[in-house]
Amino acid sequence: MHPAVSVILFTVTSGAGFGAIALIGAGYPLRDHPLAVLLTAMAAGGLAVAGLVASTFHLGHPERAWRAFSQWRSSWLSREGVLAVAALVGFGLHTLARLFTDWPVAGIGWAVSALSLATIFSTAMIYAQLRTVPHWHSALTPAAYLGFGLASGFLLVAAAGNVSALGGVSVALIAMALVVPAWAVKIAWWQRAASATLAARDMTAESATGLGAIGRVRLLERPHSGANYLTREMVHRIGRKHAGKLRVAAIAIGAMLPTLIAALVAWLQLETVFLLAGFVAMMAGLFVERWLFFAEASHSVSLYYD
Amino acid sequence: MDVVTSLPAPGQKRLGLVIDLDICVGCHACAVNCKEWNTGGHGAPLADIDAYGARPEGTWLNRIHTFEVTPKDAPAQIVHFPKSCLHCQDAPCVTVCPTGASYKRAEDGIVLVEEDRCIGCGLCAWACPYGAREMDPVARVMKKCTLCIDRIYNEHLPQIDRVPACVRTCPAHARHFGDLGDPDSEVSRKVAARGGYDLMPQAGTRPVNKYLPPRPKTRPDRPAPQLPQAEAGEATGFLGWLDRALERLG
Repeated sequence: MHPAVSVILFTVTSGAGFGAIALIGAGYPLRDHPLAVLLTAMAAGGLAVAGLVASTFHLGHPERAWRAFSQWRSSWLSREGVLAVAALVGFGLHTLARLFTDWPVAGIGWAVSALSLATIFSTAMIYAQLRTVPHWHSALTPAAYLGFGLASGFLLVAAAGNVSALGGVSVALIAMALVVPAWAVKIAWWQRAASATLAARDMTAESATGLGAIGRVRLLERPHSGANYLTREMVHRIGRKHAGKLRVAAIAIGAMLPTLIAALVAWLQLETVFLLAGFVAMMAGLFVERWLFFAEASHSVSLYYD
Repeated sequence: MDVVTSLPAPGQKRLGLVIDLDICVGCHACAVNCKEWNTGGHGAPLADIDAYGARPEGTWLNRIHTFEVTPKDAPAQIVHFPKSCLHCQDAPCVTVCPTGASYKRAEDGIVLVEEDRCIGCGLCAWACPYGAREMDPVARVMKKCTLCIDRIYNEHLPQIDRVPACVRTCPAHARHFGDLGDPDSEVSRKVAARGGYDLMPQAGTRPVNKYLPPRPKTRPDRPAPQLPQAEAGEATGFLGWLDRALERLG
């Protein structure tokens, strides 16, 4: 599949943003100063909004994007839009209420938290629902998206937060306990992907043409000598050659570096703000990971073009 | 109109195409006539980019691929393979649509795009296993086969022209249009007689369109299939006398 920059930005940054919002909503202790609360909320909300805005660059008609809120009964993309807006509106109210009123905000906070996690899940389901792309069509896809959203969001919130320990456990250690399993799920995802090929689903040139009863099927000539929308969007081949190296880079930058930084913060009892470096590293690693998520995925339409 | 992109309750009528791979000669006339009709018909034109330049490309609703099929014990054969929207009964392109632009008609099963509602997200094209949908590079909306909905119900056209453009133009009569929901229709009888099949049934889409397989080739290395012989009964009358007379001559 074509790894469009807009969609990579969308999934990575909105995942981190909604992960952070879920944690703040669930009551992660922020610094007491109202400005600190506002800035932290704006960082989390800003990431989520930036991701959603990036996703509209992918559209042929962004001015009609509002129409995407209508089909939540059948479409994961529509659900994602509805849930994202609900989570962001709720988070805005939550932030305003805690800044300017004495009202109890725990209830709305938990609701915001649930909506944020549901948003990340829906984002993943846009891809996981597609039977045409066997790499994506797995429960491990939403598991990885949720794991990455929570881990990257936690690094951000913990860096901005007020505490060095939660329930007696160093937040740096908690960060490690989120980053490592998230990447473990991703490694399981990669292992599954190795065998989740089109051929393993009996999607072959033979079944695609129905001519397998006669014999072995091979494309002799494409319909047109030039490219077309389908070949550019779904018969994308660039970069698979370096996939192995890029996986190593993603793990090194996105998993090992944040884990190392968190370990140093825990060991040397540094200020939690140093976890921000871990957040930046993890985001960089996730951009590589997400590029591979698209670039390595094969679509069944390639059977008619390869 | 109910714009929810859930699939409608299955209707009795299922309009679609039957494509005979035994007959198709790969002339691309169906694709050309499709483009000619649909660029001036339903919805925005089908754009071409760099049409007279070095890298021409454009939007087509029908494309003809050519495959080589090699049996285990015989030489390869060529099969021309036209492919357009199959108007699936379980159309994944419809249910993924976030805006309601993509829908399946309950009354005849045709899958259409309401172009004014389409945001051009491309998810329907990702959901389609067959590559039946293409984003128009100029109109920036999704394009697909309409089964020539502006021909088949068009009372201003003579009856003979009220079929999809591809069917009307096919010089080899390899394409047939009709109601595949009616087991007695001409197309359904063809499917039953020839073993018509679905493309990629693993995709779970239950296509309406069917493909008729190439008939078995004659094989020089094997005895030719025997044609049924007329029953050689005992002739009577003059011919009987002639037969017996000639037999006696040796």
